[in-house]
Amino acid sequence: MWLCTSEKDQAVRGILKLAYKLLVNDKAKFTALLVGITFAVFLMMFITSMFIGVLSHASATVINIGAPMWVMDPSVQAITSSIGMPDYVLDAVRSLDGVEYAVPLYSGGALVKLPDGTYQAATVVGLDDTSLFGRPMLIEGKIEDIYAENGFIVVADAEYQKLESPHVGSVFELNDHRGVIVGVAKVTVSGLFGTPTLYTTYYRAVQYIPNPRYTISYVLVQPKSPADVQKIKQQVAALGYLAVTKDEFIKKNASYYVFQTGGGTNILIMTLISFIVGLSISGQTFYTFILENLERFGALKAIGTKSSELVGMILFQASFTALTGYGLGVGLCTLLVYLAKLRLASYAAMITYPSLLLSFVMVVIIAGISSYVGIRRVLQIEPFDIFRG
Amino acid sequence: MPKVAIKADGLGKWFGEGEAKTMALRDVNLETNFGEMVYIVGPSGSGKTTLLSVLSGILKPDSGRVCVEGIDIWNLNADQLADFRLNRVGFVFQDYHLFPRLNTAENVAIPLILRKKNWNESMKQAAQYLDIVGLKGRADLPPVKLSGGEQQRVAIARAMVGQPDILIMDEPTASLDGDTGQSILKFVHENILNSNRCIVVVTHDSRIYEFASRILKMEDGRLTGTESRAA
Repeated sequence: MWLCTSEKDQAVRGILKLAYKLLVNDKAKFTALLVGITFAVFLMMFITSMFIGVLSHASATVINIGAPMWVMDPSVQAITSSIGMPDYVLDAVRSLDGVEYAVPLYSGGALVKLPDGTYQAATVVGLDDTSLFGRPMLIEGKIEDIYAENGFIVVADAEYQKLESPHVGSVFELNDHRGVIVGVAKVTVSGLFGTPTLYTTYYRAVQYIPNPRYTISYVLVQPKSPADVQKIKQQVAALGYLAVTKDEFIKKNASYYVFQTGGGTNILIMTLISFIVGLSISGQTFYTFILENLERFGALKAIGTKSSELVGMILFQASFTALTGYGLGVGLCTLLVYLAKLRLASYAAMITYPSLLLSFVMVVIIAGISSYVGIRRVLQIEPFDIFRG
Repeated sequence: MPKVAIKADGLGKWFGEGEAKTMALRDVNLETNFGEMVYIVGPSGSGKTTLLSVLSGILKPDSGRVCVEGIDIWNLNADQLADFRLNRVGFVFQDYHLFPRLNTAENVAIPLILRKKNWNESMKQAAQYLDIVGLKGRADLPPVKLSGGEQQRVAIARAMVGQPDILIMDEPTASLDGDTGQSILKFVHENILNSNRCIVVVTHDSRIYEFASRILKMEDGRLTGTESRAA
């Protein structure tokens, strides 16, 4: 039994090897096919990776603070557009069943006056004075120095240089208040909006930055157990506010940028364009390849090749080209993102499984359409046409 | 008593519909035997190629039947017919139809590969047949590097490598000069034809008639005469 299977495998391998040689020995066509698919995959991968990277960076504060639950005004669409909540919300949340602890968070923007007299916009995050919940990891300085007079911690990300790369002891002005750098921190994800980030205490943040009547941007909640999450959400909703988990908030941010800013539509259009470009180049080249070999396929048919074997050969040729192009496209994209990240640590591109899967599906569709057109043409040819010349 | 290879009865074939309907074959009856080299000759449009296609299982007739050793090939399904062509018939096409992207040995080995033979064994056997047709040492060359006569020999080697008992040759000398054409047919007559093989040749070329066992004349889709020759 196994011998029969082995012989069959060997036979299939023989026909596929024939198909392989017919394909790759036509170097010009094969190269054109590969270039088309590689280019399409590269574009699809790069665009989706960029978008996913941008979305991830858009939720930088949520990721870096790391609170399991966030309470906010229901009108908040994204982390950057916080709406101040009255102080009683913090007290009410603290008293809810299932809440282990809750702390306020301030997030806002301010203008920093640099020693050379120029101004630079910065994001200021005010951490709860008591717990410093959500504090960043320091690479220079001590966290307790944040309590020192005018103490700020600067994040050493891609925007760090915009504050003239301050170090511990550097002095600056923030809304006419004196600020002193007491620590340099690193964060998991840097921000999207091109502004440097400063951490300070909640109390100092609301003192230094002009604010509307309500100053709490978000209430950060630590539930007693994961089972309490749903209960907390319901109780917060009864207060007229919205409680979401960290992942839900990231999705909310992503959803905002995808659907409200037009970013998602643009990415969809660009992905479709790269798909159409790939399909056009590869489909056209593959069709030309089939047309040029049509007489030979007819000769094969006349010699005694079954239609199913011809279909198998064409599918193999299309799949082999598609998968090779897919590998090259993914490799090229990965290389480019890697090189960009070497130069720019916070480069906003992330190659994820969904974008790999999306590109793969697109490539399979390209291969499917290209081979369908080729198969139709080959099945239409009559061996008699070969005799007629 | 020679053994009958192909027996055709009442073959009819037309192309087109209505006023454009053209009869390509009209009530054609013929028998070819093993050990025979039968030529089908006639003017252009007389139905030679159509007859060849019907006899070799490529073009279905509109009427009549074709039996090879008693089996009506047009009663076979598409896959069985493909198997029949692969295992029983060798084709030499007018324009050779060699694969330019495959080397000579790979071109010759195609029928073996289609018969699911091991790749390396197929190549070995193909090299032996290249040797037989006088192309030893040319196995690795692409067909474009060969002369017309050599390409025709490759096509013959490809047709013969599976050792079919029926060899179909369509205008085998059409693309060759007179001397090369004659030497090719002489080679086929001396080396390929034997008592277990029937060769059917369609040709316009009277210079190669000397190798025919029988010449069937066609005109307007009909067989109009037979000329037996002592080849």
